[in-house]
Amino acid sequence: MYLIIPIIVLGLVGLIAAIILYACSKKFAVEEDPRLGAISEVLPQANCGGCGFPGCSGFAAACVNASAKGSLGDLNCSVGGPECMGKIADILGLAAGEATPKVAVVRCNGSCANRPRIAQYDGLMTCRTVNSCGAGETACGFGCLGCGDCVAACKFDAIHMNPETGLPEVDDEKCVACGACVKACPRFIIELRKKGKGKGMRIWVDCVNKDKGAAAKNACKAACIGCGMCEKVCQFDAVHIENNIAYIDQDKCRLCRKCESVCPQDAIHSNGFPKPVEKKKLADLLPKPKPEAEAAPAEQPTAPAAEAKPAENADNNNEQNKEA
Amino acid sequence: MKTFTFRIGGVHPDENKITAEVATKVAALPKQAIIPLSQHIGAPAKAVVKKGDKVKAGTLIAEAGGFVSAPIFSSVSGTVAKVDMAVDASGYRKPAVFIDVEGDEWEESIDRSDKLERLSDHPELTPEEIVNRVRANGVVGMGGACFPTSIKLTPPPTAKAEWVIINGVECEPYITADYRLMMEHADEILEGVEILMKAVKVDKGFIGIEDNKPKAIELFNQKVKFHPNIKVVPLAKKYPQGGEKQLVDAVVRRQVPAPPAIPVNVGAVVQNVGTAFAVYEAVMKNKPLFERYVTVTGKKLANPGNFIVRMGTPMKQLIEACGGLPEGDNKILAGGPMMGKALPTVDVPVVKGTNSVTILTDDDAKRKEPNPCIRCAKCVSACPMGLEPFLLATLSAHKDWERDEKEDIVSCIECGSCQFTCPAHRPLLDNIRTGKQTVMGIIRARAAEAAAAKKAAEEKAAQAAK
Repeated sequence: MYLIIPIIVLGLVGLIAAIILYACSKKFAVEEDPRLGAISEVLPQANCGGCGFPGCSGFAAACVNASAKGSLGDLNCSVGGPECMGKIADILGLAAGEATPKVAVVRCNGSCANRPRIAQYDGLMTCRTVNSCGAGETACGFGCLGCGDCVAACKFDAIHMNPETGLPEVDDEKCVACGACVKACPRFIIELRKKGKGKGMRIWVDCVNKDKGAAAKNACKAACIGCGMCEKVCQFDAVHIENNIAYIDQDKCRLCRKCESVCPQDAIHSNGFPKPVEKKKLADLLPKPKPEAEAAPAEQPTAPAAEAKPAENADNNNEQNKEA
Repeated sequence: MKTFTFRIGGVHPDENKITAEVATKVAALPKQAIIPLSQHIGAPAKAVVKKGDKVKAGTLIAEAGGFVSAPIFSSVSGTVAKVDMAVDASGYRKPAVFIDVEGDEWEESIDRSDKLERLSDHPELTPEEIVNRVRANGVVGMGGACFPTSIKLTPPPTAKAEWVIINGVECEPYITADYRLMMEHADEILEGVEILMKAVKVDKGFIGIEDNKPKAIELFNQKVKFHPNIKVVPLAKKYPQGGEKQLVDAVVRRQVPAPPAIPVNVGAVVQNVGTAFAVYEAVMKNKPLFERYVTVTGKKLANPGNFIVRMGTPMKQLIEACGGLPEGDNKILAGGPMMGKALPTVDVPVVKGTNSVTILTDDDAKRKEPNPCIRCAKCVSACPMGLEPFLLATLSAHKDWERDEKEDIVSCIECGSCQFTCPAHRPLLDNIRTGKQTVMGIIRARAAEAAAAKKAAEEKAAQAAK
């Protein structure tokens, strides 16, 4: 008897509790789209926030919401890549959007050799702090501070400081373009750019210095001085100078590398091309006047002809103009 | 002599006031004055001169760029060379007006006589007129924060001023500019206090002076016999007594609540002695703010001294006037060793807020190697705002901004007492300052979002009404 009574009592308690639980689970059931769980399973669960949503569950919810509109649109999990997006599209019964793979690009070439140190900083070594204290150890108030906030922010071990240059370098293989380093950099030096075909064929301006030419050049040998040669040579309207700094629009750029070949400061850099670029003079690259030219390029011949001569000294001229 | 002081925290750094008894000299005019357009808290001023314009000392070269802003005047006579970028005390390149100096001609409207003008002789000066003159002459707080004075003199309608408290504390080590000013222009300062009192419509003024300046206390005690409404309050030496909130607590025993409250919410309008002097000159002599007292000091400096310096004079020139940079590793600070800002170059010009150029050499210039926190809580007892610096620093290092905000990081006055007192030499203030800036950014973004949402809702309501 000593054994039977407790068994019966406990059994009854268990039964009653089970009934209550069952009733509650039916009554207060939260209706969840079964696709949410399925999508969450295919997502990498890195919770990096690179997609712009709070974690992978947030992204899954966004995908389900987007499916109501019939397309995944711009949604992209850069960590999972096209494979993961394909699976999500299958779950939702949609066609997978084609996302261009991107990669983080550090736009500063202010290595120890290029950018002389003018002061010594011995406070807390984080980029945020150095940035709030002033220009840092060099005279460039825009370039990399080299304390590695981006390295600390990367969850994929894809960005490392190069001790020789003092600049961070991105590992193309490991970078998933989540954008954590972009957010971590207090000077907005890192940008997500198209990874490019093959071995990552891409071209970018390796400088963010907005100072005028002379000041930028004094601070750093590799600074963009905003001379505008790249802008002139570009046939695709992809390069523009704004605030004394060139910027290459990656949607318009056709990777012809003309801008790189004329840059007097070697501030334009490329990656993944089979051969290094040949240095050329601006005058040689500008389109020659053609008699049968169409309406659009018709106005071009006269302008470049006038510019062709000073082009050789464009660097000096620009310097003088800036200083004047 | 009974002395007062603030009740929470504080530290006692070495005074090192080596220039205290060095009489002030007038600094030589620079060859080229570099006058930054952002010398105050708030919107930068807008340049109204262009290359080739002739200016005199006192000519308006930039007008206020907004409500919280101040106009800027030429400090020299000559020709505008260019309006370009120049490195200022922030360490970054900011817009500035470059003036090539030719002679020293002043605007005729400035009264250059030494005659002491008494407020009682000028009944035409109404409070509004005083505030207008202060605003028009570009006077900002001379203690270092450079908040436009005219705004401080028009308190919000919710607050009522009861006293004017004048800050003659100069608690920062090394600096003696305010002390020299007090010793050399006591009458003008007291008239300035009377003017400030009239502007904010109060009849009680205090001048707080630390007891490490007994001569100043004695001098002012003699002079206030002619100013029955002003009282000299001797204060026990403690850093950061010159902080507004600490001074209010020390003098009138009232605690200013956490931001966004300001001293006027508890009835106090706090102004620096330098500001009182600048207000006197602006109101009585119609002289815009274009020169100030600057201490150039350092233990290894050959001839440290105090100077009356025109704004825009490069610090290099002042250092050379004192015997040039000493040998060894130097740290050049705009301000004192506690709150001063280290400069990357000596070409930085003197601006409205530059009270001192301090040069620390060798060991003084270097930080000590930080060690792990031993939880001694010295920083907690030193914090004059009653915060927990070790916690704020850790939270900021871990980017826990929400908790930072809960722990009241925005109350931090960045006085550096925590870092000074830390036996493990932790970079507490570095972390806290970063955290404070981030949290303030978050708060501003939130306010902007709320304002935008409110505006959108109002527009929607207006449309619905139509």
